[in-house]
Amino acid sequence: MDAVRAFLRHPSGMVGLVVLLVVVVIALIAPIVFPVSPWEMVSAPFTPPGEDGLLLGGDTLGRDVAAGVAYGARVSLVIGIASAMAAMVIGVTIGAISGYFGGKVDLVLMRVTELFQTIPAFVLAILLVATFNPSLLTIILTIGAVSWPPLARLTRAEFLRLRNREFVEAALCQGEGTLQIVLGHILPNAISPILVVTSLTVATAILLESALSFMGLGDPNLMSWGFMIGAGRTVIRNAWWMSVFPGLAILITVLAINLFGEGLSDVLNPRVSRRRS
Amino acid sequence: MNRREFTQAMLAAGAAIPFGITRAAGQTRGGTLNTIIQPEPPLLVTAFNQQQPTLTLGGKIYESLLKYGADLKPMPGMAQSWEISPDGLTYTFKLFPNITFHDGKPMTSEDVVFSCMKVLTETHPRARQNFARVASAEAPDPLTVVFKLKQPFAPFLGCFDCTSAPIVPKHIYEGTDYRKNPLNDKAIGTGPFKLKEWVRGSHVHLVRHEGYYLKDQPYLDEIIYRIIPDSASRALALENGTVQLAQWTDVEFFDVQRFKAQKNLEVTTKGYEYFAPHQWLEMNNRIAPMNDKRFRQAVMHLIDRDALAKRVYFGSAKVATGPISSKTKFYDGKVKRYDYSIDKAKALLDEMGLKPDTNGKRAEIKYIVPPYGESYQRAGEFFRQSFARVGIDLVLVGTDMAGWAEKVGNWDYEMTQNLLYQLGDPALGVSRTYVSSNIKKGILFSNTEGYSNPEVDRLFDEAAVTLDEAKRLELYSKVQQILVEDVPVAWTLELEYPIIYDKAFKNIVSTGIGSHETFGSVYKS
Repeated sequence: MDAVRAFLRHPSGMVGLVVLLVVVVIALIAPIVFPVSPWEMVSAPFTPPGEDGLLLGGDTLGRDVAAGVAYGARVSLVIGIASAMAAMVIGVTIGAISGYFGGKVDLVLMRVTELFQTIPAFVLAILLVATFNPSLLTIILTIGAVSWPPLARLTRAEFLRLRNREFVEAALCQGEGTLQIVLGHILPNAISPILVVTSLTVATAILLESALSFMGLGDPNLMSWGFMIGAGRTVIRNAWWMSVFPGLAILITVLAINLFGEGLSDVLNPRVSRRRS
Repeated sequence: MNRREFTQAMLAAGAAIPFGITRAAGQTRGGTLNTIIQPEPPLLVTAFNQQQPTLTLGGKIYESLLKYGADLKPMPGMAQSWEISPDGLTYTFKLFPNITFHDGKPMTSEDVVFSCMKVLTETHPRARQNFARVASAEAPDPLTVVFKLKQPFAPFLGCFDCTSAPIVPKHIYEGTDYRKNPLNDKAIGTGPFKLKEWVRGSHVHLVRHEGYYLKDQPYLDEIIYRIIPDSASRALALENGTVQLAQWTDVEFFDVQRFKAQKNLEVTTKGYEYFAPHQWLEMNNRIAPMNDKRFRQAVMHLIDRDALAKRVYFGSAKVATGPISSKTKFYDGKVKRYDYSIDKAKALLDEMGLKPDTNGKRAEIKYIVPPYGESYQRAGEFFRQSFARVGIDLVLVGTDMAGWAEKVGNWDYEMTQNLLYQLGDPALGVSRTYVSSNIKKGILFSNTEGYSNPEVDRLFDEAAVTLDEAKRLELYSKVQQILVEDVPVAWTLELEYPIIYDKAFKNIVSTGIGSHETFGSVYKS
């Protein structure tokens, strides 16, 4: 409860949270505000913003950009959160095993992690998506698969720090099983930095998905912000609105998540905080 | 016109062409033409691959016996003259002397016979149909080729352009697995330009073939085909002069208007007469529900093709009414019309029993988006919305160029978009898509949809061997009526592509083959 109260007093964190909530609400009410599919061609091609009842204009086929931005929020949030979760599951599992058991297991797992860290994440993501036809599931798994190494290293460090603390040794002496010690004693004490990094991973996941869609490697059946920029970019000199509005949507959402994540970090780890309150 | 008159007309046409190419004043030698190729072709040997980028690039490297003007009349290519026997069965071509391949070896009539009868009949679906009509091909001397046909074939003289009958070197291919020959990478032909370098993902560099047989040709020193996958970058490159020529889908349709206003550039829709590109939504007739005629008719009703022409192609297209392009001579517009009507489409789907489920969904169909630029992507999105209106989910699937060719060629698809050339005569460009004898697995641009109708087969076959134009028109009218009723594929549009080039370059569009032409006569002023 203290943490929640502290967060409520954190100005930039609160700004992030409020903006993020607005994005979530837009995503939720998109089908109510825009009952027609965002793919539907509702106006003449190249309708400028404000004309023909289209607040943000129409795209090259006459599709409503505003509807696209609203539906794109759903895609971005779903992919961002789901792939951050996937990354967290992979990263925490590997980090926990590595940090708890140490020795050769640690050595092998960390070399594997380093292998992943040396390959540029985006290049690997392109390769994976292109190999396994782009769809919602493959994109989530791909982004998860390229985003876990920082989480694994963080978890390992936390586990190394906590591994030999008295409460862990006490639990060992009481004969508790490995799984119980890891899940019941160490993980709860390591969770706050993991949550912070996971929240920031959501932001990078949204950027990755947008970049993939921009390259034409998104799920072609999902209206996403990256796709809209990719499709509108060729005509940016005749029709700026097709790429600028989804671009702003990405900017605002990612910024909000970062502000929220940093606020969370300040509140959960007051000792390492950059800000002294 | 009876057979004798036809033959005389053909002879007169041949005789009217002067030997060799006369040289107009003011043609200077030298200069570099920078242009665009997209997507990157899988290989450059036009005998083995007939996708558009391969033909555009390979057209400079591989030549054939004839060329065709904008009126589709034959002109000398590597053959300087030709004769047709009065019975319409024997075609004798005289080649230009001193033609050499890019490796320095001479090109003789043996190479022509080998290419047409051995290589192309195995690797080139269109050429296979054409040369299957040849009873024997002979090379009585190094400069003479004689084709003897089994029976008269009206458009035989139209089978020798650089895309339909490219000549490959016998000394390289004889006795080998043609498609796997290691020298395919070198692309050795007889054209005015030869391959110097192909940097994958960057550019293909062609340079002058010094041993070219026409005096002073080619005028240009080199042609550089730049691989620019992004359409905005392509438009920018043309605008700022980095490239001086764009063809086919290089420039998106919505940009064409903009280039008309640019003073140093010429925008033309000429140079596509031979091809008359005809586009359709292809449906695999082997798979339910596409195997039902009523479903395919419903597809014709549910696509608003006027809107497609307007929204996706920005007016650079005309609605197609059937299998034959209105731009060719055997076109018959008096066929069943499919107006845009969601209700008629729904009624047909209901009638065949494809009823909506509780969610209003009738079927889910996978649609492979051809990787040929944005207009194909947008057209896919357009189709998906059209199908959604009657409760059919069209799931778009992306792929690369080799993947598309592989899937469609091997019938491993449900729906896609396809575009074929009409090639000046229905017997050359149209029948190949519908006759059951051309259902050939693994071969692109054959009867990939798997349509089969003995009556259609018979009519196409008869029309091809009939020399009387009026009789042919009658046969093709019948075929058009049957096909439009059966809808083997859903014809959408006749596309009108632009060629946009820097006015400093002359002769860019000199024949009905346009940008696929050899470019030997192109010069920079």
